Amino acid sequence: MSLPLPPRRYPAPVALSHRTPGAGEVAGRRRMRASAAVSTALSGGRTILPLLRSDPPLTLRQTGPHTVHLVSTAAGPLGGDHLSLDLDVAPGTRLEIGSIASTLVLPGDGESLSVITARVGEGAVLSFAPEPTVLAAGCAHRMVVRLTLAEGARARWREEIIFGRYGEAPGRCVAGFDAMVEGRPLLRQELTVGDPSLDGSSAIYGSARCVGTTLLAAPPHPATPKSGSPGLTAGQAGASAAEGPIGANAPGQGATGVRGGGVVAEGVAVLPLAGPGVLVSALAADAVELRRRLGLGEAQIAW
Amino acid sequence: MSAALLLLADSRLPAGGHAHSGGAEQAVKTGAVHDLASLRGFLAGRLHTAGLVAAGLTAAACRSAGRSPTPPAPMTWAELDAEADARTASPAQREANRQQGRLLLRVARRVWPSPVLEELALAVPNPHHPVALGAVAHAAGVPPDEAAMAAAYHAVAGAATAAVRLLGLDPVEVHRLLAGLAPDLDAVAERAAAAEVLPATSAPALDLLAERHARAGLRLFVS
Repeated sequence: MSLPLPPRRYPAPVALSHRTPGAGEVAGRRRMRASAAVSTALSGGRTILPLLRSDPPLTLRQTGPHTVHLVSTAAGPLGGDHLSLDLDVAPGTRLEIGSIASTLVLPGDGESLSVITARVGEGAVLSFAPEPTVLAAGCAHRMVVRLTLAEGARARWREEIIFGRYGEAPGRCVAGFDAMVEGRPLLRQELTVGDPSLDGSSAIYGSARCVGTTLLAAPPHPATPKSGSPGLTAGQAGASAAEGPIGANAPGQGATGVRGGGVVAEGVAVLPLAGPGVLVSALAADAVELRRRLGLGEAQIAW
Repeated sequence: MSAALLLLADSRLPAGGHAHSGGAEQAVKTGAVHDLASLRGFLAGRLHTAGLVAAGLTAAACRSAGRSPTPPAPMTWAELDAEADARTASPAQREANRQQGRLLLRVARRVWPSPVLEELALAVPNPHHPVALGAVAHAAGVPPDEAAMAAAYHAVAGAATAAVRLLGLDPVEVHRLLAGLAPDLDAVAERAAAAEVLPATSAPALDLLAERHARAGLRLFVS
């Protein structure tokens, strides 16, 4: 997918030379160790990006005042690669992260690892919505996301995993997601894809070929679902609006920006969490349908 | 193994477990579970995701109740319950979990009276089921690894029984299927009891089924 980049008004990506070569040469290829970082600061009431550290293959390009896109400058990750991305969103600032293309995880020597650590300061806003991760056959991948939010911080975090390229069985992937708000756990999840003994279990993914979630953490105020949104039948919208006691079991803990929630359409649910946040969770047969379903769910929430 | 474990895992323990299908009713309604083979897939998936999480929380609650020095460090009831909340994205599942936890705690306070259970009831009146189960196991003299086994078994037994009733399956065949899952039950309980970090394995389809079920007009089971 192509993304129109604006004229170069912002600094071009700089590949720094601090990158440490991997442990060894594997089949003519070095295992990559890359560590990229972005941090924001407040300057005259506006967000600036004092740190934008690319580290190939994680190349970062600033595409707007507070927007950064990931531009992959090498294939992979491949087995054995360790990539990390640190996001530091200073209090009162805003950061949006996207990516130019999907990430194709390929097999190689051992397990590939990607670790994303994001700290969102007081009153800061982070939107992280890259293109999907595609698990090519034979890959062995581990993804770790650690998201921490300070008081009054907000985050939108989208994650989409595609089980193999077209017609291909996926490799193996374990994707851990950990979100803390003001020192308390908001969401802890771990998805395992490509375990042959559980493939096709109707308790996990059923016949879906992709899984996706969008976490909307700490929405500012309760909102009314937009009933009658596209894709909602009258009955489903009614069910959503006529929300009963579900989720009301823990008084004082349900500061979510959605009233009710539940299954808003086939293959997508809006799940108000016990803490301050809502998780949109979707399963689909393909990436396009997955994005559409997540969009349907996200549209229910004022974030 | 302690005799108390048998009492704890027995479906005849009057703690309301029979009212829950663990998503099986909705899976049958959508056609995803329709015969023995699809039921096996459902139960195995449930065991290795929600079952592992429940077993981990149960073992941790049991250890915390005994102030055991074995890692992970003992947690307060409120902390354990918050960890269960963070691992249960679906509000319908949290509700079903708390309902079963509340009933188990109420029954156990009479069957195995213990200061630990009074303490839990005071701190978290409607605890998540695994938190209650871990505390009750301690009160009944069941060690953490066996408590984890009870939790893993609870994760599949109720759903299996529900499927027998919903699909009119041969109960002997379904029990054969459960017997076939026994090595998985052992493995999940062992992994859960040994885990230094509480497992967080999630099952997106179970979340969707639970939410769909909560809104279903006609239903036989609460969840």
